[in-house]
Amino acid sequence: MKNTVGHPLKKYFRGEINYTTCSGCGNGIISQSILRAIDEIAIIFDQIAFVSGIGCSGWIPSPSFNTDVLHVTHGRSIAFATGLKLAAPQMKVIVCAGDGDTGAIGGNHFIHAARRNIDLTVVCVNNGIFGMTGGQVAPTTPYNSVTTTTPYGSIERPFDLSNLAIAAGATFVARWTTYHARSLKNSIKKAIEHKGFSFIEVISQCPVQYGKVIGMRNDPVSMLMHYKECAVNINKAKNMSADELKDKIIVGELVEKKNIPELTDEIKRLRREASRK
Amino acid sequence: MVQINKDACKGCGICIAMCPVKILVFSDELNSRGVHFPKITQEEKCTKCENCMIYCPDFAVVVKKDEK
Repeated sequence: MKNTVGHPLKKYFRGEINYTTCSGCGNGIISQSILRAIDEIAIIFDQIAFVSGIGCSGWIPSPSFNTDVLHVTHGRSIAFATGLKLAAPQMKVIVCAGDGDTGAIGGNHFIHAARRNIDLTVVCVNNGIFGMTGGQVAPTTPYNSVTTTTPYGSIERPFDLSNLAIAAGATFVARWTTYHARSLKNSIKKAIEHKGFSFIEVISQCPVQYGKVIGMRNDPVSMLMHYKECAVNINKAKNMSADELKDKIIVGELVEKKNIPELTDEIKRLRREASRK
Repeated sequence: MVQINKDACKGCGICIAMCPVKILVFSDELNSRGVHFPKITQEEKCTKCENCMIYCPDFAVVVKKDEK
């Protein structure tokens, strides 16, 4: 479909901008935040490689972005990105992962990439459900949610992906929602420039599959307003009790650590030392 | 100047809700996807905050700041 208005981010796309996502999906907002961050850093787009897995989030870079995009198998986006970064350390690698890629099938790759502190930027689209396959319960679905596979409510507690990343040793962790698109762009900018494993969790609306769980079916506007009401900034949350923070989303830049050895640098050092012997 | 690519719109209504001066409304016409796309009323009130552009999931809205 021809975009007749000439979008300023059109230069980053292969052909016309045509997202096949559902009406009101958060993917487009996140995609725009990533591209605006890249636009502001003024990095050459060809120096960035995108890796995405299977799921709705996989369609953010693939096949739209006009640079190297790897659309890989289920949950293996971070594993592929690790290989890509080690083989081509000069590339900036951005992973557009879903909650399946980071919390479910790709969970192990995720925690180990964080532990190794490899220089990747992982943007995790957390919509709280397996949207593409029909709305099944995911490891990030809130407790007692009715989904297609949990008709009587889910009995498992969800993962807190950002805290998981912090515990595993990620050196830059931020959490935002799609309502905070401007802050999200600033955090993505910081994450791309950060040397080390950076993880950005974006709570994103899925009005079709997750909307029906919370009674906001096909109503992305109510979901965005819900995020606005639930979000509490990390600086404010520090002075709040656990009861007050119940059902709230803590947003902000949670962790930023500097001067921690990065994996590709460590490999270079190891090579130098081994060649001397 | 706010421009809307009506055929890219999926009719989610996020731009209408995010506009701080509420100058966007659903039009009565349908686009090629069969949804009501937004149209601008009272464009002189526009503050050029770019909310409609930033929150549009389908890259259908463009705010041009330079034009006078």
